[in-house]
Amino acid sequence: MRYLPLTPNDRQDMLTTIGASSIDELFVDVPEDARLDGPIRDLPMHAGEMAVEAHMKKLAKNNSAAGDMPFFLGAGAYRHHVPASVDHIIQRGEFLTAYTPYQPEIAQGTLQTLFEFQTQVARLFGVDVANASMYDGSTACWEAIVMARRITKRGKAVLSSGLHPHYVSVAKTMARFTKDQLVSEAPTLEAATDGADLLDQIDDDTSCVVVQYPDILGRIADMSVLAEKAHSHKALLIAVVTEPVALGAIKAPGQMDADIVVGEGQSLGVGLQFGGPYVGLFGCKQKYVRQMPGRLCGETVDAEGKRGFVLTLSTREQHIRREKATSNICTNSGLCALAFTAHMTLLGEKGLRDLAMLNHKKAVVAADRLAQIKGVSLLNDSFFNEFTLVLDKDTRPIVRKLADQKILAGVSLGRLYPDESALAHGLVVAVTETTSDEDVEALATALEGELA
Amino acid sequence: MSRYYTDEHEWVDVEGETATVGITDYAQEQLGDIVFVETPETGAELAQGDDAAVVESVKAASDVYAAVSGTVVEVNDALEDEPALVNSSAEEDGWFFRVTLSDKSELDDLMDEKAYKAFVDGL
Amino acid sequence: MSMLTEGRPTKQEENIIAPDSGALKTHTGNRALMVDEPLIFETGSPDRSGVDLPAAPSAESRLGGLDRDEPIGIPGLSEAEAVRHYTRLSRQNYAIDVGLFPLGSCTMKHNPRLNEKMARLKGFSDIHPLQPVDSVQGALETIYQLAEWLKTLTGMPAVAMSPKAGAHGELCGILAIRSALEARGDAREVILVPESAHGTNPATAAFAGYKVEDIPANASGRVDLDALKARLGPDVAGVMITNPNTCGLFEPDMKAISDAVHEAGGLVYCDGANFNAIVGRVRPGDLGIDAMHINLHKTFSTPHGGGGPGSGPVVFSEALEPFAPLPFVEKTEEGHFHLVEEETAEDHHESSFGRMVAFHGQMGMFTRALTYMLSHGSDGLKQVSEDAVLNANYVLRSMEDVLEAPFAKSGPCMHEALFSDNGFANGLTTLDLAKGLIDEGYHPMTMYFPLVVHGAMLVEPTETESKAAIDQFIGALRSVAERAKAGDELLKSAPHFAPRRRLDETQAARKPILVWQEPEEYAEAAE
Repeated sequence: MRYLPLTPNDRQDMLTTIGASSIDELFVDVPEDARLDGPIRDLPMHAGEMAVEAHMKKLAKNNSAAGDMPFFLGAGAYRHHVPASVDHIIQRGEFLTAYTPYQPEIAQGTLQTLFEFQTQVARLFGVDVANASMYDGSTACWEAIVMARRITKRGKAVLSSGLHPHYVSVAKTMARFTKDQLVSEAPTLEAATDGADLLDQIDDDTSCVVVQYPDILGRIADMSVLAEKAHSHKALLIAVVTEPVALGAIKAPGQMDADIVVGEGQSLGVGLQFGGPYVGLFGCKQKYVRQMPGRLCGETVDAEGKRGFVLTLSTREQHIRREKATSNICTNSGLCALAFTAHMTLLGEKGLRDLAMLNHKKAVVAADRLAQIKGVSLLNDSFFNEFTLVLDKDTRPIVRKLADQKILAGVSLGRLYPDESALAHGLVVAVTETTSDEDVEALATALEGELA
Repeated sequence: MSRYYTDEHEWVDVEGETATVGITDYAQEQLGDIVFVETPETGAELAQGDDAAVVESVKAASDVYAAVSGTVVEVNDALEDEPALVNSSAEEDGWFFRVTLSDKSELDDLMDEKAYKAFVDGL
Repeated sequence: MSMLTEGRPTKQEENIIAPDSGALKTHTGNRALMVDEPLIFETGSPDRSGVDLPAAPSAESRLGGLDRDEPIGIPGLSEAEAVRHYTRLSRQNYAIDVGLFPLGSCTMKHNPRLNEKMARLKGFSDIHPLQPVDSVQGALETIYQLAEWLKTLTGMPAVAMSPKAGAHGELCGILAIRSALEARGDAREVILVPESAHGTNPATAAFAGYKVEDIPANASGRVDLDALKARLGPDVAGVMITNPNTCGLFEPDMKAISDAVHEAGGLVYCDGANFNAIVGRVRPGDLGIDAMHINLHKTFSTPHGGGGPGSGPVVFSEALEPFAPLPFVEKTEEGHFHLVEEETAEDHHESSFGRMVAFHGQMGMFTRALTYMLSHGSDGLKQVSEDAVLNANYVLRSMEDVLEAPFAKSGPCMHEALFSDNGFANGLTTLDLAKGLIDEGYHPMTMYFPLVVHGAMLVEPTETESKAAIDQFIGALRSVAERAKAGDELLKSAPHFAPRRRLDETQAARKPILVWQEPEEYAEAAE
């Protein structure tokens, strides 16, 4: 076994030191009838690298990789080009195989990158502080709702219909157990977001209003009015950003007075990975910092007065507060946060802004091209790199059919909202810097074929 | 003014109908460097034994229970900027909150200074 | 002859040692390979970039009038600078790749590089979670295969793959228990948790709306079965037990505990954080467990990554299977894989408690874990737990004459050895010993956990350490322990040789600085 260094002689010597005659003696506490008599049958025996690689490659080959064909999926996970050096950096063994930095004297590498990450996220979101990351956007969104409840001591959260349906689903699952009340509806196929409707929902029982920006249909709207209304009722505005690259082009939620901003950081550095691991982003105003869930890295000095970083405010966490913890979460998404921050550092402000505009302009061109197709109309007045097309047919079978033709056309709203027949003709299309003009033409041609 | 102590290491100064509550010097010594104090809200109604405040050191967060029942009339805002007051002056400047007493008979079950000292010595 | 005397001197000078080499100051403050690295906010610039992008096509923007009009404040570095920045930072980290990592309960074992390579195959890394299922059959089959391995290794009939980490898995298990009890019309109120439990257990139970009560331990560090039985009743929803427990001991009464809980109408949650000690030798399904999460990074060697991402699949008994969360993968008789999500759940998984995460869980961890399992196979995994237990007992017996091992007399330990600070000189603590180990070139063991032992030190060598590496570690640990017992004051200020000395955590917590501020703001804040 290539990963196990002990030799049979070592084992014998060690047993002698221990004073045991056999390895079985060390398992003496396991009741005899629960001890297995040998390797579990029904499972293969050990295998070398070549055999394992062949097995895994066979599985991998049976998937349509995004890079191999025209690809337009978004809806919470976006395909961006990740610079080669990002993957090199996260594969440094000192990052990859380090533990949570509880021993700061020998973990400054991880800690400093987390401090840089927190600062980047706070600035991108336009808020005062950010934490060291969460599992993903959907769990960060739920944690924000719980945090708003802790702050306002109210249990009613108003969710925008433009919030990702899976995020809504996660919140509903959790709320059923915590008895939080959630107000939510499915979106309608209109160019305007539901901002105006949400205003009426905010009252003195509301803990927070949760708005995705840009929303699930790609629409962008100013949240300032919502923030004002929420604050007039002592409720909070939570903004959810599933595409952080957008914030290189559009105003930060914090600039519109959002109190808590959460998001999915997968777009930068992490890659698609069939949905995980991703990296949840979480920021808020300074005054709420002690109610913020998750790990936090803070600056301090060492015994010689040198600047250094430590995990801080950990008394809010489960290993100390036990049943009174702010959350049961006890990990962040360290390596994905490192990928995010490395990618962001490589971009820099100019790079991020250029990347954002490249995405947006390509999307504008693609949207106009696709809207020319007979039987296709563009829903959005405003969008970043993702927009909704309304077809004159049910989109879900078309998406499946195009996938068989090696075109991954986008996310059908029928997939996201199977119970909402009014949405069945919607198709959410994402265009990034990785999308070529030829890709757009291929999609247009295929759609023309389906809709003719 | 008379001072009372609880076996949860809180002190209570009573002046007329008002009681001032904090944690004892012994408690701050045990907790180490205090980094944050979460005080109750003014107007909160506390019953004896309720969670009233949280005091955080670097390694632990401890609940401070309401030593007596009453309505919170004032909290020590200075602790927000300077939690270290609890370390430097636990039984004076580091007070937590004031309540108007709703049941003065509760004081009968608390300890005086001598009894508390004996209690601590016995720990 | 021509005498060429220029060039590099070859004669060694007398070895001149500074009287106190610690006092030798360098211009930079650096010490050879130990190099400080500034923050990107101090060295980068908003207009510098390590990425070249093509020009954007010309088109009117349609950003709804919300164009970002103010500076963001994100400095950039060229690729050359960025690679150096992160490489320099990485060298201030301890890691498994650098040395033995005896962190009890955290299982810092070698992370095979084949796992990394496989996770990066484009068929896994470059697929979208919402692609039509026909275009991701291989991904679904991967999840399915890993699920089958987990079910077989644990002897349990079902598994939920989506939880994002161990604590998330715990939550999944407790929510399933609550759902099952609610379906019976009797959610109950209390979850019993041993004193020695991971702190996440009570946090999780409280989240699900349960009150938490402690179960006492007996003198040998195990659950007190009689006390547990006495507490069971119609208000008890279940127990959360870690087995092997956090003292590094197997709970020999596990089956009896399960039977008693079941008889009282409750359900049994097992914290599977220490499954690595018994994998391939014992199946939790044979011990009456209803739900158990498995930390893929602990037992199946996915990397810790400096704090995640983790992955926490949960295996379920028949009683809990119907309540498992969405989505999950099913295989049809024709060998086709499909996803059971909200819409498809309605006809045959209607009791599911719902979705816990946006997508399908930690695919990148699944591919690594499956690669690891295929590499070891059934026989190798058995060897894994045996070697892990052997190594831990070897440490236990090699240390117990120097460090007190409170439960050593009651028999062998499992994968980790527990010691206390009993016998240390006055004023010296477990923390001091741990920091002393740093100077010896090791990451400290787990400290002050479990809480049931004073000044606890929990040592888990793992199976991927050689005897020579463990002997060297034992030598270092013995030496530092002797110093702690002898009252060596220098331990109090250890570490002396790390990139940083002890850090002021009080200052960090009193006035949290969580983001970089420009120096002038710093100056203001200090006033």
